[in-house]
Amino acid sequence: METFVQQILNGLVLGSMYALVALGYTMVYGVLNLINFAHGDVLMIGAMVGLSILKLLDGAFPGLPGGVQLAIAIIGAIPVTMIVNVLIERIAYRRLRNAPRLAPLITAIGVSILLQTFAMMIWGRSPLPFPQLLSSDPVMIGGAVISHTQVLLLVLAAAAMVGLVFLVEKTRMGRAMRAVAENPRVAGLMGVDSNRVIVATFAIGAALAAVAGVMWGANYASIQFAMGTVPGMKAFSAAVLGGIGNIYGAMIGGIVLGIIESLGAGYIGDLTGGFLGSHYQDIFAFIVLILVLTVRPSGIMGERVADRA
Amino acid sequence: MSEIILNIAGVNKRFGGLQALTDVGVKIAKGQIYGLIGPNGAGKTTFFNVITGLYQPDTGTFELDGKPYSPSAPHAVAKAGIARTFQNIRLFGEMSALENVMVGRHVRTRQGVFGAIFRHKAARQEEAAIRARAQELLDFVGIGQYAERTARFLSYGDQRRLEIARALATEPKLLALDEPAAGMNATEKVALRELLVKIQRAGITILLIEHDVKLMMGLCDRISVLEYGKLIAEGLPAEIQKNQAVIDAYLGGAH
Amino acid sequence: MALLTFDTAHKPRQAYTSMAVLLAVMLVFPFVAAQFGNSWVRILDMALLYIMLALGLNIVVGFAGLLDLGYIAFFAVGAYLTGLFASPQFAALLESVVNYHPELQDAIVRTFGEDVRTNGIHLSVWAIVPLAALVAALFGALLGAPTLKLRGDYLAIVTLGFGEIIRIFMNNLNDPINFTNGPQGINLIDPIRIFGVSLAGEAGSRATVYIGGFGMPSVNAYYFLFLLLCMVSIFVTSRLQHSRLGRAWVAIREDEIAAKAMGINTRNVKLLAFSMGASFGGVAGAMFAAFQGFVSPESFALTESIAVLAMVVLGGIGHIPGVVMGGVLLAALPEVLRHVVEPAQQALFGKVVIEAEVLRQLLYGLAMVLIMLNRPAGLWPSPRKEDRPAAALAKDEKEESEA
Repeated sequence: METFVQQILNGLVLGSMYALVALGYTMVYGVLNLINFAHGDVLMIGAMVGLSILKLLDGAFPGLPGGVQLAIAIIGAIPVTMIVNVLIERIAYRRLRNAPRLAPLITAIGVSILLQTFAMMIWGRSPLPFPQLLSSDPVMIGGAVISHTQVLLLVLAAAAMVGLVFLVEKTRMGRAMRAVAENPRVAGLMGVDSNRVIVATFAIGAALAAVAGVMWGANYASIQFAMGTVPGMKAFSAAVLGGIGNIYGAMIGGIVLGIIESLGAGYIGDLTGGFLGSHYQDIFAFIVLILVLTVRPSGIMGERVADRA
Repeated sequence: MSEIILNIAGVNKRFGGLQALTDVGVKIAKGQIYGLIGPNGAGKTTFFNVITGLYQPDTGTFELDGKPYSPSAPHAVAKAGIARTFQNIRLFGEMSALENVMVGRHVRTRQGVFGAIFRHKAARQEEAAIRARAQELLDFVGIGQYAERTARFLSYGDQRRLEIARALATEPKLLALDEPAAGMNATEKVALRELLVKIQRAGITILLIEHDVKLMMGLCDRISVLEYGKLIAEGLPAEIQKNQAVIDAYLGGAH
Repeated sequence: MALLTFDTAHKPRQAYTSMAVLLAVMLVFPFVAAQFGNSWVRILDMALLYIMLALGLNIVVGFAGLLDLGYIAFFAVGAYLTGLFASPQFAALLESVVNYHPELQDAIVRTFGEDVRTNGIHLSVWAIVPLAALVAALFGALLGAPTLKLRGDYLAIVTLGFGEIIRIFMNNLNDPINFTNGPQGINLIDPIRIFGVSLAGEAGSRATVYIGGFGMPSVNAYYFLFLLLCMVSIFVTSRLQHSRLGRAWVAIREDEIAAKAMGINTRNVKLLAFSMGASFGGVAGAMFAAFQGFVSPESFALTESIAVLAMVVLGGIGHIPGVVMGGVLLAALPEVLRHVVEPAQQALFGKVVIEAEVLRQLLYGLAMVLIMLNRPAGLWPSPRKEDRPAAALAKDEKEESEA
């Protein structure tokens, strides 16, 4: 039984990945009032592309330090996921902006299936091993163990979140995003091109998902075409937990959910007298989602969804 | 003095920082047409929503036909005997006019899954009765010939009538109408007035919110005036017209 | 589609003729297909089960407008219930109970007989089907209850979560007490036995069923049973649609607030939708388990929920003939692909470029996107607009600003 500190640390690592993906969900929901069901699969695409880049590097430039390889993989995966996400918005969602809610959701499910199928065709059906590029020496923090890869993940996630906050609060594009999320019509009247903002939102979300995807692969050492679905749903739960539409909420929600899941998996055996084991881990995210939506639907930070008068 | 059908007192409702209703109440006698007027944002629809169970009040006592009722759930309110229409017409757009009214019969009928699947004699009879009564009500409000037409394709005035017919199908003791004349031209308003008088003659009490002061003065037996969530006047139409507070509220007096 | 209509209210003669013709075709089909081997009939057997599922989901999604993404959970409930009570599994369960509650084991053995320890419980189909329907209905209400106040997208995600939770439980409820036998699933499930005749054929008959002197392959026997069940399903859902309850469902779908104001107890009516829809899933699950002879968690993944939803939505949401057609197309299609496309690729390119499984997924995904973009009401929507929910769901947004 791992120590409490270890559980928390594990939770932080897991939660950082959830936070990165949750940001994508929450930003899109903020501007479009749409759950991008396919977002989890964008994470998968990021991981797959990252792996392909690593394979290329290994063939063309063997002997590069692991950290550099990972960096290149991430930098290479980002544009691909951005293009994919922007294309999805353009082809599948744009025409359905004013359609009744059922249509975009079904379309999103269809897009998710298509992404997984393309991944299946390109990269095959079996799980693919993801190389261990960083040192496998454990890092000790306060009696708990963490890997170099996990440290990098925490650093990257933190950097990405800080970067995003800066973007949203201090830049023109960020202001435009907040305006469109608040009230798209008035934002339009103020000269904001909401289409461009939406495209930017999808692109940024995709970039974050790419980082999460490559680091997911590095952390779990294995990726597969269907790997995005469950983390996607969990990340969405995290976004709801934090308060859908709220960027800070997504970050907080991600971390909190990661910790809940980690603690839950660790202690569920004790809690249920041995009846339920840690393979029930996946349930926590869904239970959290159901509880939040039932008890406090606005989440931790409160809902900041546009008032579409 | 005829009996009081609706007795509401002491309603308070707060939305976050806004006190929407302060100590509002109303006493409506059976068979009256009772009006509720006031400037925009005065809280009229909020009051409606409280009485009909859409909003939960902070305080208030509620009595319908001498018996207390709990405004906790809209369907319970309908069952108790208050039916309403909405400011922005809320019909079941894709259903036919007849089916809209048939839905109104739901609360007074009982066939469930068993009756639906087996259609035994009692179920068939109830269904026929529902259909017949719905047609009757459509005729009553004057749109009988549009029974099979899809509701959202009816003209605006006919849609308002349909909403009233549907509300009547619930066999209400009190019919609460939220701005039934909104968007109507003069001819339509005359027809509406006639319909409301017809309903009154059929024994149903009416509570109505309206902005058309002339219509209200000519139609209502008594009127209450709301402003900023408070009652500022109550009485006969003639009294209300002369009431200084009311004049100030509508013409902007002290503000 | 002009020749074929099922609108009994407005075109009764044409409708009943269409139905008679279709029925005749369906009855003759297995005897014709038998010439080409058992596989086509087997494909239709599965398709008929999917049609039942689609009809059940149509109650929830099509009539009441509640987007359920976890519907396969009820299929799983019915299937695993059958697995537990019509196979040796119960014996395995007892074995695991003995470590924890020996007294409980003794009590069970005393009730059901010593046999239970070795053979498990073997309820007949007449007990299993109602049991599956009831338990599934109960689960329907249970899983629907937390979703009652949720709006469209959230309801979808929560129901998806429930579907996943059920699957995870099915995958893991083998320890400490062995209910489901975990990832391996439950084997040796009894075939269906009606009036003494086993639909899998008696031992040694090479899967042939003999009724009177007349013999037919087991898949054919199941075919007629499933066809009957489908017809019953169509009948029941159609009756529900055109009833007081059906109107209440549509009212809730169109405008929930107005429905409440008209006296409809939306909580109860929604729960009824979930329950009734779920019960179809349960019965179909029981049939599936008996037909296949085994169940495993793989058959109840999210992709299956989505497949059934696709059948409803793409076929013609809310419109029973459309849903049936959706079921036939999307259930039979993968199998047709497997039989046709792979050999064709082999002949053309010398190898299989795209496997049938991949092609199936591709077509599902494309179909969902293309149809939602171009024909959101489905391929065969209701000729009477009021049965189409498409426009009404826009009210979701109105509701936000209203109450």
